[in-house]
Amino acid sequence: MTEKIGVYVCHCGTNIAGIVDVEGVAKWAAEKLQHRGVVIARDYKFMCSSLGQELIEKDIKELGLTRVVVAACSPHLHERTFRNACKNAGLNPYLCELVSIREQVSWVHTDKAVATEKSKAIVSGGVERVIWDEPLEPLRVPINPATLVVGGGIAGIQAALEIADAGYHVYMVEREPSIGGHMAQFDKTFPTLDCSACILTPKMVDVGNHKNITLLTWAEVTNVDGYVGNFQATIHQKPRYVNTDLCTGCGICQEKCPKKVIDDVFEAGLGKRKAIYTPFPQAVPNFPVLDKANCTYFLRGTCKACEKFCPTGAIDFTQQDEYIQVDVGQIILATGYDLFDVRRMPQYGYGRLANVFTSLEFERLSNASGPTGGKMVLRDAVTTPTSVAIVHCVGSRDKNYNSYCSSICCMQSLKFAHLVHERTGAEVYNCYIDIRTPAKGYEEFYQRLLEEGTHFIRGKVAEVTNAARVPEEEGKLIVQVEDTLIGKQRRIPVDMVILSAGLEPRHDAKDVARLFGISCSADGWYIERHPKLDPVATMTEGVYIAGVVQGPKDIPASVAQGAAAAARALGKIQQKEVAMEPIRATINQDKCSGCRICNNLCPFNAILFHEDKMVSEVNPALCQGCGTCVAACPAGAISGTVFSNEQILAQLEGLLLLNVKQLEPEPVPS
Amino acid sequence: MSDQFEPVIIGFTCNWCSYRAADMAGTARMKYAPNIRLIRLMCSGRLDPTFVLKAFAGGADGVMITGCHPGDCHYVEQNYKALRRFIILKKTLTQFGIEPGRLKLLWASAAEGAIFTDEVNKFVEQVRELGPLQWPTSGGGLERMFAVPEHMLVKEVTA
Repeated sequence: MTEKIGVYVCHCGTNIAGIVDVEGVAKWAAEKLQHRGVVIARDYKFMCSSLGQELIEKDIKELGLTRVVVAACSPHLHERTFRNACKNAGLNPYLCELVSIREQVSWVHTDKAVATEKSKAIVSGGVERVIWDEPLEPLRVPINPATLVVGGGIAGIQAALEIADAGYHVYMVEREPSIGGHMAQFDKTFPTLDCSACILTPKMVDVGNHKNITLLTWAEVTNVDGYVGNFQATIHQKPRYVNTDLCTGCGICQEKCPKKVIDDVFEAGLGKRKAIYTPFPQAVPNFPVLDKANCTYFLRGTCKACEKFCPTGAIDFTQQDEYIQVDVGQIILATGYDLFDVRRMPQYGYGRLANVFTSLEFERLSNASGPTGGKMVLRDAVTTPTSVAIVHCVGSRDKNYNSYCSSICCMQSLKFAHLVHERTGAEVYNCYIDIRTPAKGYEEFYQRLLEEGTHFIRGKVAEVTNAARVPEEEGKLIVQVEDTLIGKQRRIPVDMVILSAGLEPRHDAKDVARLFGISCSADGWYIERHPKLDPVATMTEGVYIAGVVQGPKDIPASVAQGAAAAARALGKIQQKEVAMEPIRATINQDKCSGCRICNNLCPFNAILFHEDKMVSEVNPALCQGCGTCVAACPAGAISGTVFSNEQILAQLEGLLLLNVKQLEPEPVPS
Repeated sequence: MSDQFEPVIIGFTCNWCSYRAADMAGTARMKYAPNIRLIRLMCSGRLDPTFVLKAFAGGADGVMITGCHPGDCHYVEQNYKALRRFIILKKTLTQFGIEPGRLKLLWASAAEGAIFTDEVNKFVEQVRELGPLQWPTSGGGLERMFAVPEHMLVKEVTA
């Protein structure tokens, strides 16, 4: 045995040492694995600390270690840390193995003796594997400086502007006819009560005019190939039936179009739009979209009023679906959320009781450019309510629907309470489970509401009904709630009920995650690389997430994440090339029989067949390192770096402790 | 410790989903039977059936193959190849005289720590009921399985 192996067992404070006898494991490795080349085995409080890393570096230099095994946390957390430590000491970083005795042992097992034995087996597996490790160099590929931003809400807008302002190109793809997202639908933003449109629309215009941004609205990404630095995205441009080169956005077509349609996207079903429309006056881009499903011409074959009146001849009924290919280096996903469908809670009567509104409906109702011009009225469009109940946590913090807190509903409800109070003078009742106002200026806003005289009732609303029991309740909506602070049931007669609906992942969030190769949590939000330390990166290199898509959050947090994602992307662009794990397959041409079994297995078409030589060859630029071909080659001609047959089989033998058993005499069966 | 049989189980995980499911089980402090020892592969498609046979030959009582859910594979569709190999492996094991119940395939996404935990526990119980395999001493085993008899060795002949 020529290798000199160092084994380092981490206590991780008490995270590992609380369950695993770490000293015992280190001692065992030094003793029992000595014949496998272990020359030193140490345990240390925090291997990942600078002192812990120095320990490894010192041993590499002084003892001349040629291999390092660290038994600590998951390689997904600190593999890079320890590889770097080895590199600093002059050892090739790929000669270091990190085996997990925290996530796989101390955190999931309770019996100390068994956990210690399992840790020994895992260390033994690591030692056997590391012997077969090969020195490697990361692959370096140039990075395409263009970035794809998916989703044109405030998070996506922020990300796109940061990157574009830094001088790099951005493709922004938005599913709706205009960017702006949910924020464009709001009237005021909490806690400052800034006009939402006033702070958002300048940014939207910037995106629309920016020389570095290619804006593709009414479009969706349908396919993504490639890897960090070199993604190829296919974007489906739905037909607008408007030639955007000719259209000036004058709006005459919308005026002349005879067909009115209920707008259940932007106006949340409260208002109407035409069959050819821009969702709102400040839309960016300001080109209308023709809604084919409702257009009289497409339905009946006659009309073409828009075409007749268009001064520039921009209407084009023959437009077809277009598929645009773009090459980008990185991708930022800011696809936002769907509002919880309050119909799923029939006890609150939405859809059955006219004056029960969703939070988004109320946003439109209070919006000066909304269907009522900002007048807060009941469903009859004339009556001003004299009493309003706001129900918090609808569809959130409820194990029947979503157990998480939607984070924005408390502040949103307080904002509604303030607006109702200010504009109608109505009595406002806020029925809450807990009031959560943990951000800058939020608690102060809550205090302000308390002073304004809003009623706060601590209790989850059981029911909203119109079945009156006493004359005062006649013609009213009655909110049945247990006031848990006084321990009494209350029936509150009101004119209007606003359901503060929670946030949910987009209905197609899973498909989109699959498209971009990232994963969703059990709730459906996209999973970040690390919940605290890496909140905008994902497990897929070069794909970032920003805004509510990562979990419920308010506008300031979404903006912060949009900027953070942009900063991460810019950081990579500045490096000009990206280092990739050298996990690749190679074919030994002397062993290859030319059977071509591997050719069809590769989903990346990375395997070429040389007709002349009758052998296959792997293109390392296309190979992603999955290893399927390695496993399939009947001649054993394909080898995979970092996960070679030798490494895996050696680890297997180590895990089964065959290396140790060979030394010990077989116990006599009793 | 009680006298009940503690099987040794080798688990193969893919780097993207099931290994992260195991990590998730850890971070959430879920508890599962300590009988399983994991090997990380980049993809379940990397699983050479030899690995499974080697595991049994080396003394494992059960083998669990895990990967991303169908359609969720980081490498597009390689977990389907793992599925094919799993099906063939089950048949092969039967021919070797090994109960197919000693081999399990599990799809677990990175968020499914709870499923990973439950399924490991179930599988450990299942193998516990089947009892020790002792393939190395009962007819199979590394040496016997992979040793090529002297007379069958192919000699290289110069052309």
